[in-house]
This record gives sequence, C-alpha cells and structure tokens, in this order.
Amino acid sequence: MTFLTRSDILLAVQDLSVHFRSEDQVARAVEGVSFDVQRQETVCLVGESGCGKTVSALTILGLIPQPPGEIAGGRILFDGRNLLDCREDEMQKIRGNRIAMVFQEPLTSLNPVFTIGDQIAEALETHADLTSAQRVERCVQLLDDVGIPSPRERLADYPHQLSGGQRQRVMIAMALACHPELVIADEPTTALDVTVQAQILRLFRALQQSHAMAVLYITHDLGVVSVIADRVYVMYAGIIVEQGLRAHIFDAARHPYTQDLLEALPTRSKRGRRLYSIPGAVPNPAAKPPGCPFHPRCRYAIPTCGQQPPGMCDYGDGHRARCPVLFDGGPSHWGQETLTGKV
Amino acid sequence: MIAFIARSSVQKIVTLFFVSIVSFLIIHLAPGQPSQVDPLNPKFTPEMVARYRQAFHLDQPLYTQYLYFYRDLFTGKTVSWKDNRSVLAKIWERFLKSLPLFIVGTILTWTISFPIGIRSAIARGSAFDQTTTFCAYLLISIPGFFFAYILIIFVVQTFQVPVIGMQTFGLNQSSVTAAVMDRIWHLLLPSVLGATGGIAVLSRYVRSQMLEVESQDYVRTARAKGLPAEQVHYRHALRNALLPFVTMFGLILPGLIGGSVIIESIFSWPGIGRMAYEAILARDYPVILTVNFVSAVLVLGGTFVSDVLYLLVDPRIRL
Repeated sequence: MTFLTRSDILLAVQDLSVHFRSEDQVARAVEGVSFDVQRQETVCLVGESGCGKTVSALTILGLIPQPPGEIAGGRILFDGRNLLDCREDEMQKIRGNRIAMVFQEPLTSLNPVFTIGDQIAEALETHADLTSAQRVERCVQLLDDVGIPSPRERLADYPHQLSGGQRQRVMIAMALACHPELVIADEPTTALDVTVQAQILRLFRALQQSHAMAVLYITHDLGVVSVIADRVYVMYAGIIVEQGLRAHIFDAARHPYTQDLLEALPTRSKRGRRLYSIPGAVPNPAAKPPGCPFHPRCRYAIPTCGQQPPGMCDYGDGHRARCPVLFDGGPSHWGQETLTGKV
Repeated sequence: MIAFIARSSVQKIVTLFFVSIVSFLIIHLAPGQPSQVDPLNPKFTPEMVARYRQAFHLDQPLYTQYLYFYRDLFTGKTVSWKDNRSVLAKIWERFLKSLPLFIVGTILTWTISFPIGIRSAIARGSAFDQTTTFCAYLLISIPGFFFAYILIIFVVQTFQVPVIGMQTFGLNQSSVTAAVMDRIWHLLLPSVLGATGGIAVLSRYVRSQMLEVESQDYVRTARAKGLPAEQVHYRHALRNALLPFVTMFGLILPGLIGGSVIIESIFSWPGIGRMAYEAILARDYPVILTVNFVSAVLVLGGTFVSDVLYLLVDPRIRL
C-alpha cells in the first residue's frame, strides 16, 4: 500500500455525534464516528439499516433536518475546512458542486414534474457559469458518460419514462455535473435488480477513474464492498467497529460483527449450506445496550463487554477493530476512547 | 386527446341523464305541492288550482311531466310557475348579480390561502405558523352567520357605511366616486365573509400538502444539488404540492351558480343562491330543477376542466 500524506485527505470526519431528539427520548444515531476519505479513493461505509451510515452521510452535506436532528459534537473537515462551521450559503456552494450525492431510490429522488434535462441543468445553472446552449451540451455529454443511449432525445424525458437503472444513471449524471471532488453514494444500487446493479457498479468504477473523484459509498451489501472498496469502515449502532483496507476486512476481520457479516454472505464455497444469520436485532438507537452495543448478539462476549465501552485496537497498516476481547493486548483497551488518528 | 374528449363527453351525458331523473324524482317526491301553497289565499280558489294543475301538466304521470319539463328546458321555453317569466332569463339575470361576489370571493380565497399555507409549511412551528393555525381554526369554528353579524356591526359602526344589498337606495344623484365607493363597500363585506371560511380551510390544506411534499426524497435531492432554499421550496416542492389543487380549481365552477345562500340572505344580495332558496320555498319546480340541472352541468364541466388541467401540469398522466 502507498503511504498517504496528510494533504491527500479530502474528507475527515472526526468524532462526529448526531442525535435525534423526540419528546421523551434521544436517539443517538451516530456516536463519535471518525473516518476519512482520501482523494480519488473509494471508501465504503458498511452496516445494517439504522446503524447511522445514512445519517453520517447527510450530516456531511448539512442535510439533517434540525430539529429534530442535532449535531452533538465533532468536526467534518473537507479540504481542511470544517463544514459544521459553514453558513447555509457557503454549504450551498459546496453541495452539488464539490460534494455531490447519489441517493438510494432513483424513482422518488427525481422530481416527477421536471424533465431530466431540467434537473441535470439545474446544478450547472447554480454552480457553473455557462450559457444555456453550453448547458445542454454538457447535459448530453453527462448522459453519454453514464451510458444512456441517444442522450439528446432523453433530455426531454420525464423520470417516469425511464427504467430504474436509467434513472439511477441520471442521478449519477446529475451528481457528476459540476465535477465534484467527492461523491457520496447512499446505497445507489439497493433498489435495482442484480444485473443492473453490476452495471451501475462498473459505471461507478469507470467514472471514478475518468473523473478523478473520491467516492464515499454507503451500503449494507458486502458483495458490493468486495467489488469497489479501497478501504472499508464497518458501522454498528452508531459507532465504527472495524476499519481497514478491503483485504483486511475480507481476509482478516477482527471484529465479531464483521466476522458474522462475512459468514452471512452467500459465497460459492457455502453452496448448499444454510446461511448464517446473526441472532437478535439491531438495537433501537434510543435504547442502546451499555458497553459494547454488539455484546448481546456476540458469540465472544464476556461480562466486561456489557460494562465498559470497547476501545479501538490497532492491528497495524490502518486496520483497527473495536474489540478488546479478540485483541492480544486485551484489557488495556477497555473504556479507552481509542487510538484513532494517532498512528 | 380527441378520444379522451369523446369518451368523457359520452360518460358525462349519461351521468347527466341519471342526474336529471334523480333530481326530478326527489323534487316531486318531496312533501308539498305547488298547488297547495298558501291555501288561505282567497284568490286561490279550487277552480284556479284545477286550471293551474292542468296548465302545468301536474295531473299527468311523472314520466310525462319529466318529458314535458326537459322538452321545455332544451327548447328554452321553461317558465317559472310563480311569475311566468322565462327561467333561463331569470337565472342569467341573477347569475350576473352573483358573479362579482363570486369572483371577488374566489380571488380573495385563492390569493390569500396559498401564501399563508406555503409560508406556514416552510416555517413549520414558527410564530407565524402557530398564529395562522390558531386563526384558521377560529374561523372554521365560528358559524358564518354569527361572524357576519359581528362584521356588519363593526363595519357599520366604525366606518358609518351601509352594507346591506347591492347598493344604497336613492344614491342616484350622488357623484360617481361616491356611487363607486358605495358599490365597493356593499361588495366587500359579503365577499370577505364568503372568502374567510374558504381561506381558513384552503390554507390548512395547502400547508399540509406542502409539508408532505417537503419531506419527499426529490426535495432532498434538490437541496443536495446546492440549490438556494427559495428554488427548492418554490420550484421543486411547490410545483408538486399544487397538483391536487388543480382538481379543486375545476370544482369551483359549480360555486358560480350555487352562490352562497346564507351570505346572500344575510346581506339581501339578489343573487342566484337566494333565488334558488326562494324557489324551493315556493315549490317553483321549473326554477329548482333548472338550477339543479345547470349546476350538474357545471360540476361535470368542472371535472372535465380538472382532467384537462391535470393533463397539462402532471407529465405522468397520459390518456
């Protein structure tokens, strides 16, 4: 692996906490999450539904509705600047321009009453100084880039006239409109069927290289991760439980949750056998178990797990897991808020 | 498109036919008959009643009466039993008097409700939202006639202007300005009153519609594109929030003829609502049935207009 210097870090989320306050309870959706994305790198944020991955992503763009949302702490450094300190008009200049987002449901995420040409051109209108003829050319170019046939004719189409895969291609074209440095993709293939999913993933790969952009890819699908990720962060119940290069996660997972997820993944070698499923369910973010949030479902759990928050244990080379039980240097990592960012 | 118009016209004509039968039956089955009205009237002798019944075919079977009535309606010969005047002419005359009331009321309702509803949805929970919510429920809860009298007392005592009827009697010799002002004062109060209920209800409806649209994924997409807040609200959200109101816009057409019975009665406004009301009391079947028929035509016409408008504003709708 290459050793990256500090200036290669495009996005650094540091100790971010996001809470949602309702009348009688506080849901700690994201609690002290730290991750970073380097330029031109694909980072995957993996976890089950409700683990806080989408909330983290929306917080980066300042799209969390406040109230009920509340950013309880942390920093989001984008190109050295803390986005949480930015005013709304400064955020508007970043959104869709330097950081773009692709959402999960291409049908509901496109406005049904505007043509796709209008919707792509809008970002250009806001951020780029182009004549309307230039904008049309750029839209055609973008649709062509994302592999939509006869793009010029498609500009006047409405979202409902396109197939699911094409809609997602339009969403991607929209995101790429202003040459963003970072694209956040929130489960962009979840709503699509498997063959289309593979096409979209290949497209992402190709576009990332041709446009030289970083991608923060949010998914619950380890199969997808194994295809596209450079580095992986595994989230559970609002915290990062393991992080590392793709090879670390897939070949040498150190956290019981990651290990269980991998065991639940269908592969050829498991053909004919019943797939493993993790017992229990994801805890309610308003009532998380004390200590390690995973301990009620964990096969290695010891009594300490339910009492003290586990610290990050460093396996070297950027691979860290938040499970002192499986770490040789065990006990010293209990309750200690981590070694992250210190190596 | 042509197929749609043809199909919907046929459907609407069939509907109209059934409406005509049902309304005819309801009117005739209702208690009371035109020939029984005012038995104490010394001019209403039995011979007179007999002649009357014969002239208007009242002794013939219902289906014959039905045919006579609609024959007359379509040949334009229907006359009121009360004063023998042509019903269509009567309706037209009253319609012209109701029209300004209707237009001013509708314009007030639609131009005031939308900004209020949209603003309270965007600034949900703000002082503005809470105030308008309170006022809307207040106006919905107050009975119209009660509110009308309070307003009348207030306006008459504060501004010393007469507000009952369409204009003040004996104002013919006064200056043009005074006459115009007099008309405006007479028009203003009933229109405002007719609009208040509508504003209260419609602004709530706009607010909830807007709130629903604001939470849609495409609004989030619009924000993620970095669009300014106004563009997100007034372009992406509003355009979608307006769709259901297009339907409502077609349905205000029937209000043209219904008018407002209560408001026209309170203000002695010689409009079409009051005429219909008086016709019912007088068992003036031709007037009742004609008003009924014309409103049915307007309702069907209104739904047709809605369908066409929907087609124009919602690209997803194909015929």
